[in-house]
Amino acid sequence: MSAAQQVVKRAKYKTTVKDPGHKHTKEGSNKPPWLNLVHSQGSYIFEFESFPDLHVCRELVGIALSKHVETTKVVSDEQLSAAEMTLRIKLLQENSKLQKLHKELVASGKLTESEFWATKKKLLDQDESRKLKQRIGFKNSLIFDTKPTSDGRIFALKPAVHQAFLNFVPSKMSEVDFWNKYFKAEYIHSTKNTIAAAAEAAEDEDLAVFLKDDEILENEARKKVRRVDPTLDMEADQGDDYTHLPVGIRLRKFCFTISNCSRYSANGYPEGIGEITELDHGIFRDGSKETSEAQNTLYRRTLLQDLNRQSEVVLEGKTLDIDTEHPRTVAEVLARRKQESDGVIEEERRNRISKMAQIEDLQAQDDHPFAPLSIKDPRDYFDSQQANAVKTLDDSLAGKETLRCNLSSEQVYGSLRKSISNIKTKGLKDPLLSPEVALKVLSGLTKNISSTKSNLGKSSQESVLDILPSTIKEKLLDARRLKDAISQIDSKLEEIKVSAKSDLRHQVSLVVHPMQQALEAALLHYDADEKKRSAKVPKPNGYV
Amino acid sequence: MASVPSKHYTDDISLLVVTLDTNPFFWSTFSFHFSEFLSQVLAFLNSILLLGQLNQVVVIATGCNSCSYVYDSSSDRNHASTNGTMPAIYSNLLHNLDEFVAKDQQLTTAHKPGTVPSSLLSGALSMALCYIQRAFRAGPMHPQPRILCLHGSTDGPEQYVAIMNAIFSAQRSSVPVDSCYIGSNNSAFLQQASYITGGIYYRPPQLDGLFQYLSTVFATDLHSREYLRLPKSLGVDFRASCFCHKQTIDMGYVCSVCLSIFCEHHDKCSTCSSVFGQTQSDVASADSRKRKAS
Repeated sequence: MSAAQQVVKRAKYKTTVKDPGHKHTKEGSNKPPWLNLVHSQGSYIFEFESFPDLHVCRELVGIALSKHVETTKVVSDEQLSAAEMTLRIKLLQENSKLQKLHKELVASGKLTESEFWATKKKLLDQDESRKLKQRIGFKNSLIFDTKPTSDGRIFALKPAVHQAFLNFVPSKMSEVDFWNKYFKAEYIHSTKNTIAAAAEAAEDEDLAVFLKDDEILENEARKKVRRVDPTLDMEADQGDDYTHLPVGIRLRKFCFTISNCSRYSANGYPEGIGEITELDHGIFRDGSKETSEAQNTLYRRTLLQDLNRQSEVVLEGKTLDIDTEHPRTVAEVLARRKQESDGVIEEERRNRISKMAQIEDLQAQDDHPFAPLSIKDPRDYFDSQQANAVKTLDDSLAGKETLRCNLSSEQVYGSLRKSISNIKTKGLKDPLLSPEVALKVLSGLTKNISSTKSNLGKSSQESVLDILPSTIKEKLLDARRLKDAISQIDSKLEEIKVSAKSDLRHQVSLVVHPMQQALEAALLHYDADEKKRSAKVPKPNGYV
Repeated sequence: MASVPSKHYTDDISLLVVTLDTNPFFWSTFSFHFSEFLSQVLAFLNSILLLGQLNQVVVIATGCNSCSYVYDSSSDRNHASTNGTMPAIYSNLLHNLDEFVAKDQQLTTAHKPGTVPSSLLSGALSMALCYIQRAFRAGPMHPQPRILCLHGSTDGPEQYVAIMNAIFSAQRSSVPVDSCYIGSNNSAFLQQASYITGGIYYRPPQLDGLFQYLSTVFATDLHSREYLRLPKSLGVDFRASCFCHKQTIDMGYVCSVCLSIFCEHHDKCSTCSSVFGQTQSDVASADSRKRKAS
């Protein structure tokens, strides 16, 4: 081993040509810790004293091998990550055929390393996906293996115990007391004496926590029911058809499918307890028939519930990587994990629903051909519309005189900045404008405002009233009211004429009479107009 | 557009967004000097703020390469570096304006020598509208916003689409665009903008009395305008003319893709190169009426 670090482990060693596919034996299998190193002539098998030793050496070998391969492939210019490299080595070691092929092609120089692996891309990907999916589960011996191990197995299986541990230890009772209580409760369960269980629970409220049905479990079950995927999986295959299997396998299969795919609990039963009790009715933890009173059902647990829960936890997998630590920390870590995973599941579910909610047949077709809009010259629009406006509005029809500027940009910017700094230093012009200019502006504005010349006749809808402020205009708009006002003024004028003293009457009437005449003429005109209007019966739509 | 939440509108408090033409090419050719223009405008802005404690003034400089906010009376970032000779509003604005002009100069791109590039009115209008939209959404009460364009340089036809979009968006959020055009010819853009949004378009004939025009015509808040008689924009002739011959037409063909107007049928749109379908020339008279432009 030419690695930078050296590891010394004791190992027995033998040479063999048998069983070349396996690299090392798995922990937990019956075989002793062997490491198998394959080389061109055969392989060496090392037997270690313990599995940790094996793992240390395995890693080292992996690194060394990858270095070795790297140094051999000088031709290839690609840079590979260590993960990629170990993956390739692993594939070669697992697959003797592939290894042979690799030796033939690459070692002989027919193919470069990268070319070889390009054709085997599928294999690499496969391994990648396999790695992603597989998680290490719990050992399938949870229920009966109830030592207070600190790897959180009990916590995972029984959330109520987990919660109780977090609540009670160490504030209310010591750890030892806690586990004592727990196993006492377990013992009472195992006696199947529901009456005794109820009695014990009544005496000790802490103990009752363990004896009652797990509320958290129920809540979770309810939550899961609510989370059921409302979509139908049409890809169910024969493997999902469990009815032809013998009852024992059926049960296992059920446990598996129920805890694996929440869609099967769509009937509303938490975790499919309903289905299983129908299948194997009456199997309780001790195999006895259901006899107890209904009121004690609270303290009764069925084997099926336990089985379901266990299979769920086993499949959920061991989410704890920390080795033996204090149970308190384990409990806390587990609690945190749970919260995190709940959020992820909820999000996944929402994503899935949003994806499935779209029904293909009902979607609008989006295969319309499209092309980006390319306007050749946006100026055309301007010319088309504005040319007219400018032409008619400018008093002189000479058109636009184009401004000419022969100064460079430095010059113009310079002069602009100079005028800014001018104001900065000198301040505003004082006085801002001379009285003569002010008068000119005022008279000009007044003339502009009072003149109706430019407004009248331009468009038929506008009238003199339009130039008045909107409030006054509204008041005047009603012609009837206008007429009333005029006739009022008319009668007032008449009053003025009559009320005047006789010697002044003539002069007053001289002033008033033309005004009165004009008003009367206007009234006459209005009446005639109204008559004419009402005579025209079929009005065109929108005509006022 | 998301509807602006209903708020309590104040009657006579103004949020005045002023766009200031700082096109150096225009000012260097124009008879009215920029410093004089600026001093009249500054006095006007100050008077707006003095009219009401809650009035707000925002100034946007409109260069020919860029636009920028140069003054906001509500901003705290106005560093009061007064030398005592003038109010903070003047020194802040002038300081920012100077910086803006320097930046604008760095962005200068080559243009046809001898011509005057147009100012970026579309950009300034958009910025003003953005500011107003923000004001709409902030706080429980807000003043009635309006935009005042102080412009002199000629219209840039290439900005037409952008400016029209800005105008329509102003119309939709009922923000009047007042225009005080100081150039020698009328600005079709600003006429259109004021006409559509219900603002005032005015071209002061006496530029040395600019302050008086501004304070008598453009200082009136939206509430007071109901009771005052202000210079009314003359009816603007916005009849369309065709793209092909520039003739005013009452009826014509409109491209359904880009809305170009033609006086006669074409096989292909000259503006956006869309290929037109076959016209039913057999049933022409009845059918072509449907494609008419008003």
